[in-house]
Amino acid sequence: MAGEQVKFGAPLKIPGWVNYALIPFINLVAALLISGIVILIIGDNPIEALHVLLYGAFGYPEAVGYTLYYTTNFIFTGLAVAIAFHCGLFNIGAEGQAALGGLGVGLICLNFDGLPLWIILPLAMLAAASFGAAWAYIPAYLQAKRGSHIVITTIMFNFIAASLMTYLLVEVLIDPNGQSPESRPIAETTWLPYFHDILSMPQTPLNLSFLYALILSAGFYFLIWHTRWGYEIRVVGQNETAARYAGISSSKNIILAMMISGALAGFVGINEIQGVHHRLILDFTGGYGFAGIAVALMGRNHPIGIFVAALLFGALYQGGSELAFEMKSVNKEIVIVIQGLIILFSGALEHMFRPKIEAAYRRLARARTVEAG
Amino acid sequence: METFQIIILLLDATFRIATPLILAALAGMFSERAGVVDIGLEGKMLGAAFAAAAVAAVSGSAWVGLGAGILTSIALSMLHAYACVTHKGNQVVSGMAINIVVAGLSPTLAYAWFSMGGQTPPLGGDARFKSIVLPYAETARDVPVIGYIYAELISNHNIIVYMAIAAVPICAWILYKTRFGLRVRAVGENPHAVDTAGISVDWLRYKALIMTGFLCGISGSYLSTAHGAGFIRDMTAGKGYLALAALIFGKWRPVPTLFACLLFAFTDAVQARLQGVELPIVGVIPVQFIQALPYILTVLLLAGFVGKAQPPKSIGEPYIKER
Repeated sequence: MAGEQVKFGAPLKIPGWVNYALIPFINLVAALLISGIVILIIGDNPIEALHVLLYGAFGYPEAVGYTLYYTTNFIFTGLAVAIAFHCGLFNIGAEGQAALGGLGVGLICLNFDGLPLWIILPLAMLAAASFGAAWAYIPAYLQAKRGSHIVITTIMFNFIAASLMTYLLVEVLIDPNGQSPESRPIAETTWLPYFHDILSMPQTPLNLSFLYALILSAGFYFLIWHTRWGYEIRVVGQNETAARYAGISSSKNIILAMMISGALAGFVGINEIQGVHHRLILDFTGGYGFAGIAVALMGRNHPIGIFVAALLFGALYQGGSELAFEMKSVNKEIVIVIQGLIILFSGALEHMFRPKIEAAYRRLARARTVEAG
Repeated sequence: METFQIIILLLDATFRIATPLILAALAGMFSERAGVVDIGLEGKMLGAAFAAAAVAAVSGSAWVGLGAGILTSIALSMLHAYACVTHKGNQVVSGMAINIVVAGLSPTLAYAWFSMGGQTPPLGGDARFKSIVLPYAETARDVPVIGYIYAELISNHNIIVYMAIAAVPICAWILYKTRFGLRVRAVGENPHAVDTAGISVDWLRYKALIMTGFLCGISGSYLSTAHGAGFIRDMTAGKGYLALAALIFGKWRPVPTLFACLLFAFTDAVQARLQGVELPIVGVIPVQFIQALPYILTVLLLAGFVGKAQPPKSIGEPYIKER
């Protein structure tokens, strides 16, 4: 690029692809390498395991459906964690917020199942969003107004949510004809349409909420980078003092960002309760809230990155269930290890590779400009 | 049963439940007083529980198992230090990562090494810490009140329970009466001052995290080789987070933290007994409410509605030397 001559001594700008593609990729490779070593230690072949994993995730049409169904949940929780990150907040509570969102969906579907789907669906979405947002509101309020650390309060709220859900499903909402702690099934008229009802594909849990997750991703991009709300959230996240001098209320934005975060996490309930299980059950959140942290970190809080990371995690979850059948001693748990290692490398150890990669890029780029000049 | 006996049995259960909490909360105290947030207590406990059970099962010795548990926990703690102290990474993210890695790794290894569906073989004999009957406990049992308390409540616990009780004054002494403790407290409040005095902030935080790993290792080993008899997947079941809550509830100080642990353990012990029991005035209290009580109390405390918890001043911030 002749127009952008690099001035001598000026720091070279690191282009987006290094930041958004190369560094996450290197982190992923590091996580996979260590998982590979673990697989070697327990006496299996890591290459074969990776092969089984990929085949299990994308190898046949049914697998793709499952992968995209898991992806849907990861998009919701990934976006949820990401918007909190944009405001400088760490939302570990997506798990609890998702559980409450599911409760909202369940209550709507159980109580209004005479209504047609086109009325039920917006009501259920509203319930998912408002229940999730309400559960996030309390820690957000305590952080904004009383200075209670949001990491600790959201952890506590996960446990409180788990107790609340157990109480409700054991004592209140339990199906009177059943033994296990789950509600009665919701009427078939309130189910979200499956993809295999519309398109010709094998039966999978993939349902309409996948499209909704994509729409939300676009909305997320618009909100964060093209609205005043998003701008204020980002300013508070980057520099609270600067925000205060610019007349931006940090407490208002902390509460706003957390409520949007809770609402996004709550939509997991739409996919799980209205889309797949068709009844309120315990632990339908299945760790998606925690995985959302990995998704947001790896996707660098950008909707496109989050989609790619969510797809990766969807593939890991789906492909991982294949491992137990095909391999001698590796099973699904290795996916949790990979997930943890991704959080470790792209989150906690983000300063380990980054300076080296950036320095290497600068050296290469400078060598190239010298040659060109 | 007499009310007196019920109370003694409840307290007895309280000690057993409180032991891992006390050890893990004291572990967290060293880390957090040194300015490093540690939500990875859960993962370190789980890692230690697995290592202790696995090694005890193979070697047949609970003590060797305990050693393995402690080493594993220290190794995980060093990983935390490497990420947060050396590379100035986010401490919460690092703790979370450790929790998730261990939650996946321990059943993976258990499954591969023992092929028992993610468990370790049941431990018996010397591979498990047995209850110690203190001298004259059985003869003293017949002495009214005191004898019964001695035999039921004070005697008949395994060695780690006594270790946990002893750990409280020892840790308090280390934290308040030694040079190391003074420096740990200083580095959590004002690392710049410590650095100016010519003391390495990083090395001090590493040392504090070794203490954390050591105590967490005992705590996790207790779960699998003393309280239980073998490793079960996810056997910590949130105890690491509960210990963290107790630490905050105890305002990051040893003795109040001990009482917070005892309080949380007591609610757990009571909960098992109150299941479906009709109480005067309030009626049946839902079990789940009692289970959530420690977390609710901690949130209320953090919000400043019940007293005020003041964390160490520079907690959560990586120390960057000014240039």
